[in-house]
Amino acid sequence: MALLQISEPGLSTAPHEHRLAVGIDLGTTNSLVATVRHGVAVTLPDERGRVLLPSVVRYRRDGGCEVGYAAQVSQATDPKNTIVSVKRFMGRGQRDIAHIENAPYDFVDAPGMVQLRTVAGVKSPVEVSAEILKTLRARAEASLGGELSGAVVTVPAYFDDAQRQATKDAATLAGLNVLRLLNEPTAAAIAYGLENAAEGVYAVFDLGGGTFDISILRLSRGVFEVLATNGDAALGGDDFDHRVFCWVLEAAGLSLLEPRDARLLYSKAREAKETLTAHGEAPLTARLSSGELVDLTLQSETFCRITHTLVQKTLGPTRKALRDAGLTVADVNGVVMVGGATRMPEIQRVVADFFRCDPLNNLDPDKVVALGAAMQANVLAGNKPQGEDWLLLDVIPLSLGIETMGGLVERIIPRNTTIPAARAQEFTTFKDGQTAMSIHVVQGERELVADCRSLAKFELRGIPPMTAGAARIRVTFQVDADGLLAVSAREATTGVEASVSVKPSYGLADRDIERMLRDSVEHAKDDMHARALQEATVEARRLLAAVDAALAADGTLLEDAERAEIDRSRVALAAAMESGDHRAIKRASEALNRTTEPFAARRMDVSVKRALAGQKIANFDA
Amino acid sequence: MQSHFELFGLEPGFALDRAALDRAYREIQGRIHPDRFAHAGDAERRASMQWTTRVNEAYRVLQNPLERARHLLELNGVDVALETNTAMPTEFLERQMTLREALEAASEGRDADALDALRAELGAERTRVEAQLAERIDAARDFVGAAGMVRELKFLERLDAEIASAYDSIEA
Repeated sequence: MALLQISEPGLSTAPHEHRLAVGIDLGTTNSLVATVRHGVAVTLPDERGRVLLPSVVRYRRDGGCEVGYAAQVSQATDPKNTIVSVKRFMGRGQRDIAHIENAPYDFVDAPGMVQLRTVAGVKSPVEVSAEILKTLRARAEASLGGELSGAVVTVPAYFDDAQRQATKDAATLAGLNVLRLLNEPTAAAIAYGLENAAEGVYAVFDLGGGTFDISILRLSRGVFEVLATNGDAALGGDDFDHRVFCWVLEAAGLSLLEPRDARLLYSKAREAKETLTAHGEAPLTARLSSGELVDLTLQSETFCRITHTLVQKTLGPTRKALRDAGLTVADVNGVVMVGGATRMPEIQRVVADFFRCDPLNNLDPDKVVALGAAMQANVLAGNKPQGEDWLLLDVIPLSLGIETMGGLVERIIPRNTTIPAARAQEFTTFKDGQTAMSIHVVQGERELVADCRSLAKFELRGIPPMTAGAARIRVTFQVDADGLLAVSAREATTGVEASVSVKPSYGLADRDIERMLRDSVEHAKDDMHARALQEATVEARRLLAAVDAALAADGTLLEDAERAEIDRSRVALAAAMESGDHRAIKRASEALNRTTEPFAARRMDVSVKRALAGQKIANFDA
Repeated sequence: MQSHFELFGLEPGFALDRAALDRAYREIQGRIHPDRFAHAGDAERRASMQWTTRVNEAYRVLQNPLERARHLLELNGVDVALETNTAMPTEFLERQMTLREALEAASEGRDADALDALRAELGAERTRVEAQLAERIDAARDFVGAAGMVRELKFLERLDAEIASAYDSIEA
């Protein structure tokens, strides 16, 4: 075996390299990828110069698939296998999806998340989304000329835990290292705020293809602070298309349609809606498969009338967000418009009326989210020197709680709490001698469990038998910086501890992800082992670089014995990497992580102390 | 365990130097937030999340007058007994009744302007109780006496939540 090289303690091994990081806007209608190049955020085009990738995936009989424009052309001819607006199905059961009867797919109702039967087999919305992400990843890697170090993937702010988890799973499946899930309006605020050096309170009004978000942020030098967010995870441009579609059916006297005709009319409805952005009326013509001709004209007034309730639906969440932020319309300095659907003149008018000011439209509403995500990815990758970066403080959109007796919800973390956040609450047993307790985690604002979203159910077993009400079961909710929840519970009165952590049940189990990875890898005739090895190696390199940097910065915090132990783990990991065995590398990485835990905790303590010390000096100077 | 005030290098007290709190919070977050460790190993990412969680919680408590007062009382060994002690001065209860009746009327009449007025009135009431609390805690250092005022503040907070849901039902 070749001798391993070890650098002198306290010396950083390499100068900081620029890491390739991207921001991805995984949209209902279109998706984009952007990066920061020479200090400027840019969207990356495909080989034909197009930056938008239609969020459409078509599965073929041979098991392969087409993504984007190539898939979009098959919408009308192969509707069952051409999946559009898959974002609406992420983390959703069949019953949760509005207008599901109009979607031309063969749905399979699976526990937690609906699935779709295609010629290439049953596909989860996570797999479909992963195809879109893979395409964007390949585009970025070709354009940047190297493997991506990480990606920030955006989600609607009002996405619940199930939808966030599904999105993260899709990114993992696409082979992306997710640096952060970032809320879409927050991403837009970053892009807008930096571009315009904006300070003060801003509202971001984000009406996309399938989702609506309203976020209220305070922007001050170097800090983006989300004060409140609200929205509707099932309201977007698609719903306006649907209204036009229904109007067409009525006006043309059509009923039962073939899937391909429905798809065709949907496309025509969308075109008519887009035409109305700049014109007073829009022609709408289509030849159905029966030969029948639909020939209509949609007037702008008619469009406003049939979509009036949709437009009004954006105002309720807007009022709530302002109220939760403790502000009124007068406190808002500006309203940033995001999402293609905000191009509709009626939306512009209603927003201007509500906020009593002209909305800000100076950034491309289709690109602003991806650009903001790219800027954040650049910061998270560590490409920006300290002092030039910024602090982002975001919140959870919906309250988290658990079910108590009588089907009532006990709220544990209220909505608009700044993340990361943790809260614990004690519960007790209902019956004498009760040794197990079922814990049902829910998300939402309603009092009754039945009206909230069920996230996970798990059982805490091994509670020592006691009289009713004597046990003390402490349930802890931890929400991380991605807005994802982990729940644990333990009984503490007797010193007997039982604890369990859950990954919410609708998401994919790790083994599902492994299976999907295997399937996709086999399909590409790639070597499963090679991929596992590569991933473990990349992860190990990342870890070693991080530990080296930490040692270089704060190595003096360690006792000699501790330092020696960490050095042993580092050497062991380096040796494992030489071995070419991905399991050994994983084990050695985990061991190094464990060894560095006390060091990491101490570094944070010291950081807090330094922060306060810096404060005192600053105050003294002033 | 360190008090929330110590964490930010502040003197414990009901009167709050909001600017100093915000400065310290941002300074600390700037160094320990998970966004600073997105590329670090598991151990550091976990430590960063735990610390940030703690700092966020402390910041939340100190920003909120009710929670801040409760924390101060706890530090001084006084249990506010929010759940168990519901005794209130008659005068306070009578004012509460009036506010509640006004809320019901506004709710039934779906009258957003009346809710706005009610909210303003409640805001004034809170400011009054908070001023009393500041006097009790910071000047008189009467923590036991302050407990009753904290309970009053809790009452007002509940009413505020009810006003919020009244808005929701009017707007629905």
